[in-house]
Amino acid sequence: MGVLVAELLAGLANAAALFLVASGLSLIFGVTRIVNFAHGSFYMLGAFIGYSAMQVLPGAIGFWAATLVAAVAVGLIGVIVEFLVLRQVYKAPELFQLVATFGVILVIQDLALLVWGPEDLLGPRAPGLKGVVHILGEPVPSYDLALIGITPFVLLVLWYLISRTRVGILVRAATQDREMVGALGVNQAWLFTGVFFLGSLLAGLGGALQLPKGGADLLMDFNILASVFVVVVIGGMGSIPGAFIAAVLISVLNVFGVKFIPQSTLVLMFIVMAVVLLIRPYGLLGREEAPGEHGQVGDPEQPISPLQSTGKLVVAGILVVLALFPIFDSPFLLVLMTDVIIVSLFAVSLHFMLSLGGLVSFGHAAFFGGGAYAAALLVHYVDTPMSLALLMAPLLAGFLALIIGWFCIRLTGVYFAMLTLAFAQLVWSVVFQWGEVTGGDDGIVNIWPAAWASSTTVYYYLTLVIGVGGIILMRHVAHSPFGYSVRASRDSILRAEATGINTKRIQWVTIAFAGAMAGLAGGLFVFSKGSVFPTELEIAKSFDALIMVFLGGVKTLSGPIVGASSLTIVQDFLSRFEYWRLALGLLIILIVILAPEGLVGSARKLGNRIGLGRSEGPGT
Amino acid sequence: MTAILEVKNLSKSFGGIKAVQDVSFDLMEGELLALIGPNGAGKSTCFNMLMGQLPPNSGSILFDGKELVGLPTRKIWQYGVGRTFQITATYPTMTVIENVQTALLSFHQRSFNFFSRAKTSYLDEAAELLSLVGMADQADRPAAVLAYGDLKRLELAIALSNAPRLLLMDEPTAGMAPSERIELMALAGRIVEERGLSILFTEHDMDVVFAHSHRIMVLNRGELIASGSVEEIRANPRVQEVYLGGGSVFADEGAS
Amino acid sequence: MKLKTVLATVLAATTFAASATFSFAEDTIKIGDMNSYKRLPAFTIPYKNGVDLAVEEINASGGVLGKQIEIVSRDDQGKPGEAVKIAEEMFTSDGVVMISGSLFSHVGLALSSYAGQKKRLYLAAEPLADALVWQKGNRYTFRLRPSTNMQAAMLAEQAVKTGAKKWATIAPNYAYGKDAVAAFKSELTKLDPEVEFIAEQWPGLFKIDAAAEVQALKAAEPDAIFNVTFGGDLAKFVREGTLRGLFEDRTVLGLLTGEPEYLDPLKDEAPVGWIVTGYPWYAIEDPAHKKFVAAYEAKWDDYPRVGSLVGYTTMLSIAEAIKKAGSTDTEELVEAFKGLELDTPAGPITYRSQDHQSTLGAYVGTISLDEGKGVMVDWSYKDGANYQPTDEEVKKLRPAE
Repeated sequence: MGVLVAELLAGLANAAALFLVASGLSLIFGVTRIVNFAHGSFYMLGAFIGYSAMQVLPGAIGFWAATLVAAVAVGLIGVIVEFLVLRQVYKAPELFQLVATFGVILVIQDLALLVWGPEDLLGPRAPGLKGVVHILGEPVPSYDLALIGITPFVLLVLWYLISRTRVGILVRAATQDREMVGALGVNQAWLFTGVFFLGSLLAGLGGALQLPKGGADLLMDFNILASVFVVVVIGGMGSIPGAFIAAVLISVLNVFGVKFIPQSTLVLMFIVMAVVLLIRPYGLLGREEAPGEHGQVGDPEQPISPLQSTGKLVVAGILVVLALFPIFDSPFLLVLMTDVIIVSLFAVSLHFMLSLGGLVSFGHAAFFGGGAYAAALLVHYVDTPMSLALLMAPLLAGFLALIIGWFCIRLTGVYFAMLTLAFAQLVWSVVFQWGEVTGGDDGIVNIWPAAWASSTTVYYYLTLVIGVGGIILMRHVAHSPFGYSVRASRDSILRAEATGINTKRIQWVTIAFAGAMAGLAGGLFVFSKGSVFPTELEIAKSFDALIMVFLGGVKTLSGPIVGASSLTIVQDFLSRFEYWRLALGLLIILIVILAPEGLVGSARKLGNRIGLGRSEGPGT
Repeated sequence: MTAILEVKNLSKSFGGIKAVQDVSFDLMEGELLALIGPNGAGKSTCFNMLMGQLPPNSGSILFDGKELVGLPTRKIWQYGVGRTFQITATYPTMTVIENVQTALLSFHQRSFNFFSRAKTSYLDEAAELLSLVGMADQADRPAAVLAYGDLKRLELAIALSNAPRLLLMDEPTAGMAPSERIELMALAGRIVEERGLSILFTEHDMDVVFAHSHRIMVLNRGELIASGSVEEIRANPRVQEVYLGGGSVFADEGAS
Repeated sequence: MKLKTVLATVLAATTFAASATFSFAEDTIKIGDMNSYKRLPAFTIPYKNGVDLAVEEINASGGVLGKQIEIVSRDDQGKPGEAVKIAEEMFTSDGVVMISGSLFSHVGLALSSYAGQKKRLYLAAEPLADALVWQKGNRYTFRLRPSTNMQAAMLAEQAVKTGAKKWATIAPNYAYGKDAVAAFKSELTKLDPEVEFIAEQWPGLFKIDAAAEVQALKAAEPDAIFNVTFGGDLAKFVREGTLRGLFEDRTVLGLLTGEPEYLDPLKDEAPVGWIVTGYPWYAIEDPAHKKFVAAYEAKWDDYPRVGSLVGYTTMLSIAEAIKKAGSTDTEELVEAFKGLELDTPAGPITYRSQDHQSTLGAYVGTISLDEGKGVMVDWSYKDGANYQPTDEEVKKLRPAE
């Protein structure tokens, strides 16, 4: 009995930091609709600032004062980020802001390294709460009990703030209907800034409060991000009580998971999330999302059309240039361009489902890595020839996408995105855990091209043909009857269904097709690198593709290619410098601000404005 | 004349509130039938049940002898029922003609075709439908930039793409200028005559209703309270009562 | 318009990449260095400092083959795919004669596979995976640091002496953790067939739920615990375990726990009494080592970590191999590395020709507190040569060349 109570209390104490960070994220999402990837960075800053403040402020009062100082400081940093970066891009396509927040992550990572140095910092213990209290004979750290008390207190304060104050009423109104706030005569910009302050403050508070249970290190930001998103989604995006219930649920389940299935630690919360979403598609306490955004906020996408003869000439010209690259006699150039083509294919496949299909996937790496692993396993276990493996990669990845898609098409919008993320994590953890078959994180090595394709130049040509072929195929499909149905299902489910289109099935096939194409990219990848590791299935890989698509321009067909090429090449160049993440982060933020419709989208808009455009823009 | 649509004892309630109660009516071939009633009378609920977007609690809907209850919207469309919406539903990211082509591709069961060029598919048919609704000159404009009246006409062209035998139009002229309203309903009347199809529509504008419908049904609080010719409805005291206690309200276009 | 953008990007890429291919006259010997400098700076920056110190000393004494050594250093970003790309660039554009470095096992394995395929030399400095020199070993890959298996064997030897029979293990849930537990189990069982392993805990790497793990371990009631967690996980585990009384009256063995990288952040909470592998740089009296510490402190105004020693020794090994080969030709360098003997601050080592593993050892001792920080006492240096598989075992493990 005592043991059980101790375990339960441990779970509740763990829920504290998770709840604080998640409630901030939920609040920010609810009001501003921004999916703030940088929220984990705010949590990390809370820990670092809290640590520094605790070095200066002595005693018990100093400890709690330092915690508050850290929370407020992070709140102010949040305001700076909102003011300098996000305020510039509120009118950009939905989810475009996540690219900006990704830039913020990179900047904060390098700044934290500069300021606090590389070593992990062990958090100071809370004065007066260093010991244990014996409950039913079991020692329970007194600080745990403090955390268990603080969490509901914060929940209560938030509840009071939101349901009993004018600001709270505005926040609720904004969560339910953004237009209404404008109608109430409220300055929306300041409301957003205020919410960002509060949300970041909560993250900072979470970071500072967990110091006595851990410390501050440079990996905290990404380490908490996934769990926080899971909590927010399980609770229902925008619901603070939901976040509380979910944080407690996840933490307590985790304690028992660790005890009874020690290996479950990697995946337990994602399984819980998937199950909750399949039963309650909007989370425990979430509301149905307003339908129809699907990346289409702002000016509607312009009608797309197949290339005219001049366009075809330009593409042919580019292909000729690409085909002539080997004359530079630089193997590295070919290796780099091989990477660029593979990544472009991957980005275009995400763009197909995200932009044309309106299906925002946060887990596209599952299909890229799935294809890579399919090829690698076939070669490793049954000595499959390269050409057959390259054929099987897209087929098996497409099959995987069919399975995952079957579940995911039940949901829409951000919840769809989060379910794809959950499944991608599931795939990742299977590969990671099932070492006997997949090699675990030691991966599968020595998967090199067949003898005839083993030279860098030949493999480059092979990638060029298959990769560009895949991209052209996808563009062709975009202009096929299926492509029209895909866009129809995105634009208006009502109209599409009323004209005989089975929109769910269209979406299902879209996911399978995009997944297969991502798998093709994965297949090419594995032979170009000679090995594959679970890193190719990680969340970071999925985010890479998202960043590329948005950076290039989500509402254009060439956007993902431009985004993928430029990001790959710029990153290759910048990574030569010590503080490359800072530089890359600032560059991304700059692009986000200067080109809020992505590189291609904004370039086209500029072109239209100065009279180069051929198509009729909205409002003409 | 035979009935193309036979609705029997259709009922729907939402959490105890009876939105539609025991509604029965027939729609004859080639008939332009109006369904009117004050706001909240259950007109849209009725429409959504006819088109398979809402499952009724009870009742039956026979279209050309086939039961529609329980079928999804897209199946009902495949049987030959077209629909326009109160708030237009078109594809804003496509051009006008592509909107129609998409519907035609679906009608010809080619939605899952990966390989042919959609841009050049069914161009003539699409152009013909656009001419029919007077939109031929706007064929290549993005649907996103159309005026509201043009969107309504585009929707009509889309709804006609499956060569329907029945067209369901939910407030076809809402949001249009008065002259446009007359024009659109005249067009609908012409289509009924030329193509021999039947139309069931709801409408707020009594001028439109009285000028164009062959027959009128009045729905109030989910119940059908009257049905008959224009004259009969004008003279019906119950209908007058429903519409603000009688008088000359039928001349007043803002009846709701 | 959009097509012009594509074209512009492609042209920019061409110009940039083409310009990268012009390399200038070879008056230095270039070595490619790669590590996860951003992903795990706490462990890789001391490594780089060690590398730089060694290069400075080598060049000050006239370099090798009459040329200065030049380091081309890049961040592998912790991504195997990136590492392979960078390796290609180093060999083909920068003109390095060989590459060295990396900390993560998966990056090391990817580079090793690349080396084998392209016939280019790679000296793995820090990755610990056993497979690197065994199942997935190849002619072109050598490794300096003692493998997981070697270090686990050193601890198993100590474990027997404690007499504990009921063991529990806790290790991060990834390849290194799994390898370490498997190696420890097999070595300990060999030495004492009566031991039993009654619980295994597998927290996610850097995502430990320490309270839960500690509760689970307590519930199993083992005599002794074998710990493989490190970094932030270790700090949390030690703190929760101490608070909740997990370590009272229990023997604890810690792999790598005594390395300054992991031990020093714990400060006065260092777990006294744990038997660990580590690096007591402050207490090693060997003159060669004292000289290394003095030089390191003079150059960096900081004390050396294990990474520093490994980085320093990596460069010493490379210089010695080039001297021995008398050339920078890859095949001749491979032959030179086989059986290469050199003196390091930790003592003499040999690169075994049968499995390409060096005999660099590790320090095993007990953690104690000294002026508010953890130190290793009663330590001894365990020569790696004594913990390596026999030639027959190697033959079975390694694929034929």
